[in-house]
Amino acid sequence: MRVSELASKESRVNRPSDDAPQYVITAENLTKRYGDVTAVDGISFRVPAGEAFGLLGPNGAGKSTTMKMIGGVSQRTSGSLSIMGLDPEQHGPEVRAHLGVVPQQDNLDEELKVRDNLLVYGRYFGLPMSYLKPKADELLEFAQLTDKARSKVDALSGGMKRRLTIARSLINEPRILLLDEPTTGLDPQARHILWDRLFRLKEQGVTLILTTHYMDEAEQLCDRLIVVDKGKIMAEGSPASLIRDYSTREVLELRFGSERNASVGAELEGIGERLETLPDRVLIYAHDGEAALEQVTARGLRPVTSLVRRSSLEDVFLRLTGRSLVD
Amino acid sequence: MSVLTGNLSPGDHSVTEAARNRRFGPIYSRNVRAVVARGLMATKSSNWMVMVSGFFEPVLYLISMGVGLGAIVGSVQGPGGQEISYAAYIAPALLAVSAMNGAVYDSTWNVFFKMNFAKLYQGMLYTSLGPMDVAMGEIFLALLRGAMYATGFTAVMGVMGLITTPWAILMIPAAVLIAFGFASFGMGITSFMKTFQQMDWINFVMLPMFLFSATFYPLSVYPQPIQWFIQAMPLWHGVELLRQISVGVFTPATAVHVGYYLVMIALGVLLTTGRLRRLFLK
Repeated sequence: MRVSELASKESRVNRPSDDAPQYVITAENLTKRYGDVTAVDGISFRVPAGEAFGLLGPNGAGKSTTMKMIGGVSQRTSGSLSIMGLDPEQHGPEVRAHLGVVPQQDNLDEELKVRDNLLVYGRYFGLPMSYLKPKADELLEFAQLTDKARSKVDALSGGMKRRLTIARSLINEPRILLLDEPTTGLDPQARHILWDRLFRLKEQGVTLILTTHYMDEAEQLCDRLIVVDKGKIMAEGSPASLIRDYSTREVLELRFGSERNASVGAELEGIGERLETLPDRVLIYAHDGEAALEQVTARGLRPVTSLVRRSSLEDVFLRLTGRSLVD
Repeated sequence: MSVLTGNLSPGDHSVTEAARNRRFGPIYSRNVRAVVARGLMATKSSNWMVMVSGFFEPVLYLISMGVGLGAIVGSVQGPGGQEISYAAYIAPALLAVSAMNGAVYDSTWNVFFKMNFAKLYQGMLYTSLGPMDVAMGEIFLALLRGAMYATGFTAVMGVMGLITTPWAILMIPAAVLIAFGFASFGMGITSFMKTFQQMDWINFVMLPMFLFSATFYPLSVYPQPIQWFIQAMPLWHGVELLRQISVGVFTPATAVHVGYYLVMIALGVLLTTGRLRRLFLK
């Protein structure tokens, strides 16, 4: 595939300079209010070129609003924002010339055929047809849609539409790709195909900015992420370091039935490092989950089900906010 | 500089790089033609019957009213005081109405759908396009359709023997001017609409304007206050303008009619651009 053949050349071009990393996005105290509602409340972050950077948080945390401000399609209330050295509010068209945007809901042009969607979108950037025609074919191959080039958009499956949206976002060879909940609503197989495509882009040096409320997605794709809740940054770091800092190595999940989960808490006191009682289950945070389970049974407690697993970002989020990520 | 293949040199972004130093930078990237090209491409797959029906509507009116009703009415007094057939009297008015209808349909229902359901503009505005590119492109498409209808209708007038002067050919650009006024305003007004019920208000304004703007009989039948009211409405200026052109009689009022539309166009484009900016770049 042409895209990957040329990847080696690209990684050379996009490698950050030896000394200070080159930041493609710098946000300082970024704030957005809609009337009385503060959607984004003074967040600051920097993203170096080539990084996969995630915004993890529940619905309504301010992730999409942040994405819109980066794209210059939403005006911030206060704070400063620089995309490749430009303020997106002052230089919207210039900034967007180097952005690829995959919105939360596909907004493909249903009146146009699959390949024409790519060509027309490229024209919006003022790109010449001589460039766009081979580029469109290359992207169709990348998105595994070559045999659908002449199809109508509404004949595509959900996963295909999503891939076409991603292909479309790459038509201008963006340096930054904004992905707002890229796999929401897709079945597991379609998600994995999509993740694979995103990995390839990352390998080629594209900076990925990704919002998600799926912790597995964040763990798979992100080099670094911020956990956002109610418009504020709760924590920042790599998935592994966040788990290390805010959780234990393993988690023991116990279900005693919805009647007993709450009352059993007192009897589990002292097992593991921390205890979290949820409506449907009890979580015991421990370095060794199996050992914790032995202690539980030693106390004569008989959970309906028990499960030992490694800590995930879900646990980090629970620890930071006291709420679970997906309700 | 590029990310995937390196095919794209920085110069290829010239349209947007140049934007930095020009006026209206954040809202206009001088790429209206991309929006127009998209519209033409989409038309290829759209329903041609809808487009053709827009042409037949005024023709049917002309035959029924002009030929049918005209047989009873006989000849009437034209703009220059000369006697003309009733069909020749109402034909330019119907052309003005068809220019209005085509432009309003394209700039209201069409735009309403694209704005609220197809999410087309959201996608466009995430590219280098600014809201002004989008507004101008959509308006231009409405005008293109208006120009096609106007040409067809003028041809029908010719075939029916209703054209008596070479000046009549100017009815085509004049109809486009009328369409421009309605399209630019219609799109701005549509941006305020949120539901289908609100969209019906547009018909509620258009139908009386069609019936009472001196379309089928002279303004003089009304009492003075009503005459003033109708003279403030845009369609009356369009009807009068085309009626004057159809017989080649020009007066200072001709300039007033043209001026009315120039102001309407300017205000409409400003309104539409401002609204798109408020809606999508908030």
